[in-house]
Amino acid sequence: MPKQPNPPRSSRQGFRQPQFRWKGDPSFYPTARLAMTAPPERQAFVAALSPDPAIHGDAVLVVDVDSESASYGAIIGRLDLPNRDDEVHHFGWNACSTALCPYAPHPHLERRFLIVPGLRSSRIYIIDTKPDPRKLKIVKIIEPEEVFARTGYSRPHTIHCGPEGIYVSALGAPDGGGPGGIFLLDHFNFNVLGRWEVDRGPQQLAYDFWWHLGHDVMITSEWGTPNRIENGVIPEDLLASEYGHQLHVWNLRKRKHEQTIDFGKEQQMVLELRPSHDPTRTFGFAGVVISLKDLSSSVWLWKHSDGKWEAQKVIEIPAEPADPDQLPPLLKGFKAVPPLVTDINLSLDDKWLFVSCWATGELRRYDVSQPDNPKLSSVIQLGGIVRQATHPKQKGQLLGGGPQMIELSRDGKRVYFTNSLYRSWDDQFYPNGVGAWFARANANEDGTMELDPRFLVTSSEHRLHQVHLNGGDASSDSFCYPS
Amino acid sequence: MALSTWPWFALILLGAWHGLNPGMGWLFSVALGLQQKSRAGVLQSLIPIAFGHGLAIGLVVLAILGADRVLPFRFLQWAAGALLLAIAFWKLWRGRHPGWVGMRVGFWDLTGWSWLMASAHGAGLMRVPVLLAGKATFCGAAPVEGWISFNPLLTGIAVLVHTGSHMVVSGVMAWTVYNGVGVAILRNNWINLDLIWACSLFVVAFTLFVMPPSS
Repeated sequence: MPKQPNPPRSSRQGFRQPQFRWKGDPSFYPTARLAMTAPPERQAFVAALSPDPAIHGDAVLVVDVDSESASYGAIIGRLDLPNRDDEVHHFGWNACSTALCPYAPHPHLERRFLIVPGLRSSRIYIIDTKPDPRKLKIVKIIEPEEVFARTGYSRPHTIHCGPEGIYVSALGAPDGGGPGGIFLLDHFNFNVLGRWEVDRGPQQLAYDFWWHLGHDVMITSEWGTPNRIENGVIPEDLLASEYGHQLHVWNLRKRKHEQTIDFGKEQQMVLELRPSHDPTRTFGFAGVVISLKDLSSSVWLWKHSDGKWEAQKVIEIPAEPADPDQLPPLLKGFKAVPPLVTDINLSLDDKWLFVSCWATGELRRYDVSQPDNPKLSSVIQLGGIVRQATHPKQKGQLLGGGPQMIELSRDGKRVYFTNSLYRSWDDQFYPNGVGAWFARANANEDGTMELDPRFLVTSSEHRLHQVHLNGGDASSDSFCYPS
Repeated sequence: MALSTWPWFALILLGAWHGLNPGMGWLFSVALGLQQKSRAGVLQSLIPIAFGHGLAIGLVVLAILGADRVLPFRFLQWAAGALLLAIAFWKLWRGRHPGWVGMRVGFWDLTGWSWLMASAHGAGLMRVPVLLAGKATFCGAAPVEGWISFNPLLTGIAVLVHTGSHMVVSGVMAWTVYNGVGVAILRNNWINLDLIWACSLFVVAFTLFVMPPSS
C-alpha cells in the first residue's frame, strides 16, 4: 500500500484561505456575455476514478489544453488522493462569478480551490490549484462522518459556488436511503454548515441542482437513492419506475419547496440541469436518461409562464436497433441500444446545447436559440456500445465508452468530453471494458463540430469523469447581472 | 447657539464614504435596474436602501445618546472605540459578509437588507466621534455647543444629513454604472473597499481613544 505523500489536514483542523487581495479575481465576470470574452483555457482538471479500489485510489489529473503548448493534450499534473474507494465524480470551485452578486458582494475571494467529493465515500477534498495549477495540493479533507453528522446526507454530488456559500447536492441519507438534498459549505473555511432545505415538501430523490438567480429559484433533479445505484442499475427497479422522473422548483431565498414537475413515470432518471445563464431568463434544459416506453432518451425544457413552472419534451433521441450478440446482458433482451443521455451542457450565450449519448457513442449539438424548438446542427461519433467509433489520433483502435461528461469553454468554441459514467454502471453497459479517454472537439460558429485530431488523453490507471477548465467554463459559474 | 460646522462636514463625508461602497447599496440598485430593464428601477431602489441605512445609523445614535445618560462619558468613548476595533479586526481576519440571497425584493426587503449591511459593517458606529463632539474637544476645536445631546430635532437632522449624503453618492454611482460605464467595471476596478473600510474603522476607533472630554 503506497504511503500518502503529505499527510493532509483532517477536517478537525481549521483552515482559512488568504483574503488580502487588493483587486477582485479577474476570472469573475458580472455577466455570462462578458465571461465569453475570457482568454482561452490553458489547463483542464479531470476527476480520475480508480477502476479497482483494491489496487489504488482515485486522482485528480491536470491536462494541458493550450493548443500552442508543446505538451498540448498531455497529462501535466496528478494528485493522488490518499484514500480508497472515494469514487470522484463531479466537482466544483470554491468561488466564482456569484461573488459579484449585488446583495452579498465579496469579489476579493479567489477562484482557487477545487471542491472534490467522493460520491461513494462521502469524503470531500479541498484542493489548492495555486500557485502552480500543475501541482495540486490537498489543503483540507472533510471526512464522511462530519458530512453525515452535520447534514444527515451522504453521497455528495454536484458543487455550485453560490452567492453566500458553496452548495452541494447529496444523493441520499447515510444509510443509503432517502431523502437526498442539498447542504452548504462555508466558502471561507470550508466548514460544513448544514442542511439547506427548510421545507422539502414531497421531495425525496436528489441529483443535480442549479438556479435562476434573478428569480430566487432553484431547480433540482432526481436520480435514485444510493442503494439503487451503487451496485449498478437494478433492472427490476427501473422497470418499476423507481428511479427519479421529476423536477423540483424551490424558493432559493426561503429554502422552500414550491412545485413538482412530473415528466411521467416512464421517464426514468432526470439528471443534468442547465438553466439559462442569463439570470433574467426563465428556461432551462433537463436530460432524461431513458424512457421505459421505447428506450429513447430526451431533453426537456422547463420554463416559467403564467405564474407557474412547466416542462415539455423538446428533444427525443430514439434507441438504435442492434444485434443482441453485440449487447451487454442487461440490454440483450431489448435488441436495441438506448442513447442514454447522461450529460448536457449549455453555452454561455444560451444558444447551443451539447448532448451526450453515452451508449450510442454520440455527441450532439443543438441550436437552442429558440429554446422550445431545438435544431440538431451536428453530431460527433466516438465509442458507443455497438458503434465503437474510432478517434483520428488512434486510427483503427475501437473505443469503449461513449461521450459522457461534457465541458464547454467560456467562449463556446471548444468542447471537452470524457467517457466514464459511474464505476458499477460502466461495467454493466461496457462489460468488455469502458476504457478511459478524454477528447476535445472544435465547435464552429456555423454549428458544425470536428474532433481535434491531436487531442485524445487516455489512461490505463483511471477512468475519466468530470472536467473543469482552469479559470472557469460553461458549467462552473452563475451570474447575477443580465447579459 | 452657534453651531460649529465641522461635525456636519464629517457627517456628509461619512455618508458619502458609505454611499461609495458597492456593498452598501448602489450595486444592488444597478442590478435591480438591469433586471427590470428600467431606469426607474434604479431610482426606486435608492429610497428603501437609504431608509434602511438611515435606520441603522439612527439606532446607533439612539443607543449612544441613551447610554450617554447613564454612563460616564469616558467609558462611552472607550467602549465605542473598543467595539469599533473589534469590528475592524473581525473584518480583517474573517472577511465575512451577511449571508443574504435574493434578487426579488420589495420595499421592506431592501430596507431590511440595507439595515443589515450597514449594521454589520459598523456604519453607525463609525459616526460615534461626531456624535460625541458635543462633549469633547477634537483637534483643538472647542466642544460643539448644543451638538446633538438630547436634542431630538438636531439628532434627526444629523441622521438625515448623513443618509442624504449616502443616497446622493450611491445614486450617482448607480446611475453612472447603469447608464454609462456598465457592469464590466466590476471586473478590474473593484478595489478591496472592505480593507479600506476596516482601516477607516481603525481610524475612528483611534479618534475615540484620543478624544479628550471637555471637562
